[in-house]
Amino acid sequence: MRRELKCHVGIGSLVRGKALVADDNFSARYDLDRKKGVFSRPQHKLFRESYKDVILVLNTAKGGVATAWMLHEMTSRGIAPKALLLNAANTILAQGAALAGLAMCDRFEDGDITTLVRTGDTVEVDPENGLVSVLDAAEAGVI
Amino acid sequence: MRLNAEEQAMLGGEMGPALKWAIEHQLQIGRVFDAADMVPVSQAHMMADPESLGEAGVAFVEDIAAGGARVTIPMITDPRGVDLTQYEPIGQTEDMANFERRFVAACQAIGIMMTDTCINYQTIMPPVRGEHVAYGDTGVVIYSNSVCGARSNFEGGPSALAAGLTGRTPRYGLHLDHLRRATKRFVVDHTPKELTDWGVLGATIGRIAGSYWEVPVIEGITRTPTSDEIKHMGAAMASYGSTPLFHIVGVTPEAPTLEATRGQQLEPTCVTKGDLARLRQPFGARGEKVDVVVFAAPQLSLLEMQSVAALCEGRHRSPGTDLIVCTPAQVYVDAKRLGYVEAIETFGGRVLTGTCFYQQYAREIGEANGWKRLLSNSAKIVNILGGYGYSPALASMEACIASAERGEVV
Repeated sequence: MRRELKCHVGIGSLVRGKALVADDNFSARYDLDRKKGVFSRPQHKLFRESYKDVILVLNTAKGGVATAWMLHEMTSRGIAPKALLLNAANTILAQGAALAGLAMCDRFEDGDITTLVRTGDTVEVDPENGLVSVLDAAEAGVI
Repeated sequence: MRLNAEEQAMLGGEMGPALKWAIEHQLQIGRVFDAADMVPVSQAHMMADPESLGEAGVAFVEDIAAGGARVTIPMITDPRGVDLTQYEPIGQTEDMANFERRFVAACQAIGIMMTDTCINYQTIMPPVRGEHVAYGDTGVVIYSNSVCGARSNFEGGPSALAAGLTGRTPRYGLHLDHLRRATKRFVVDHTPKELTDWGVLGATIGRIAGSYWEVPVIEGITRTPTSDEIKHMGAAMASYGSTPLFHIVGVTPEAPTLEATRGQQLEPTCVTKGDLARLRQPFGARGEKVDVVVFAAPQLSLLEMQSVAALCEGRHRSPGTDLIVCTPAQVYVDAKRLGYVEAIETFGGRVLTGTCFYQQYAREIGEANGWKRLLSNSAKIVNILGGYGYSPALASMEACIASAERGEVV
């Protein structure tokens, strides 16, 4: 049975994928090697992890505005997450997701999204309806 | 969101495809952040370095230019990625320069002024209290909001471009009175002395503040900081915490008193010397060889150029240590006329115009020059460059020049 998590209306279209979760913050400039598609900042909790095609679940944004262009650039090369889930997005992540056509949701009613979803969970993100679902094994198996 | 007749026409495509894209983009953002309507803005400022843009971003802006769209309000730019007068000596390629030229041509066709600066509030035209603007670059936004009392959210490149085209932005976040009130209260027991100290204080508060939607109010500052000091403080706070606005009681315009910020009910958090020392701790490297000393992030004002030049007088860098100084064209002209550029170059330094170190293919130029250990007086830049393969270290401007002279961190 799927577990539904309500959030604010987000950006982008419905997607499904495997979650990659950390209680850490996010900047495409500060944290990523965008050529290799991995987290490159040694202090980041996802250091050396690949972010390609995952549902990336983090706490909030940090730092600068570059992420707005970078999400678009990453998506154009097919080396990007499928979606971003955050406790609190900043304006830059929303703007970047909008240009990139990337799904993004934040502000979850049930609390800290980095504890409500675990790495490896299969997740469905429905930004239009402000709904994120953690799928059970049977439903996840059809992906 | 409520749209007026002109905005409806943009949305309906009656004013061309670029304006249709722009207002659709703004509506998506407005919906996410519960904007009720749009607010006219007087200026836009766009961050769009080539590394961030990539081929997709340049092609996107070229497409808008090819459609004949023009900005409807004054629009200026953040630092570029290539100083086209001296890119080969720092390991940038002809391909990088040509990429830069393509983007500049597209921007100019749209009517964007290539000011190439992240200190427009010191060099171009500072906004005034209550003025709604659409600025990119977190350092620009936090200074404009906090020190000038202007009203801007972080507008990433695409959104700044949309605002330049439509002349407005969704009314959310820091355009609203109630979201400018203090949400976290800090008490400082130690007023910073010089630029790096101010940056470290900003970084410490930014890290604690936590998210874009928090507004720190700071008590305990015993003297009014200079424009350069509060510039470093704000840039670091925005870097470590994605913070777009802060108040200093008795200093910034929206905080004549703690009560004016509505901060009197908030539980105070003390920021101690120990907190500041912990922030610095990962960036200490005394005695280690330095590959490159960088003054940037933010670009240097004329007063900072004067200070660096004075420190360089009668000295020379170590053969194994490079010195890079980034300043905008507006400052460079005066710095050249006043002899500051010559003093830095005689020391063996290189003054780049219209760029900022971390926005100019930092990974590639690091690899090309063998730069690993980087020393700077900017708390912001040492926060950024760890992810680019550098081992960054932090020191005062004086210690940076002394380290460049000796070839190791003093």
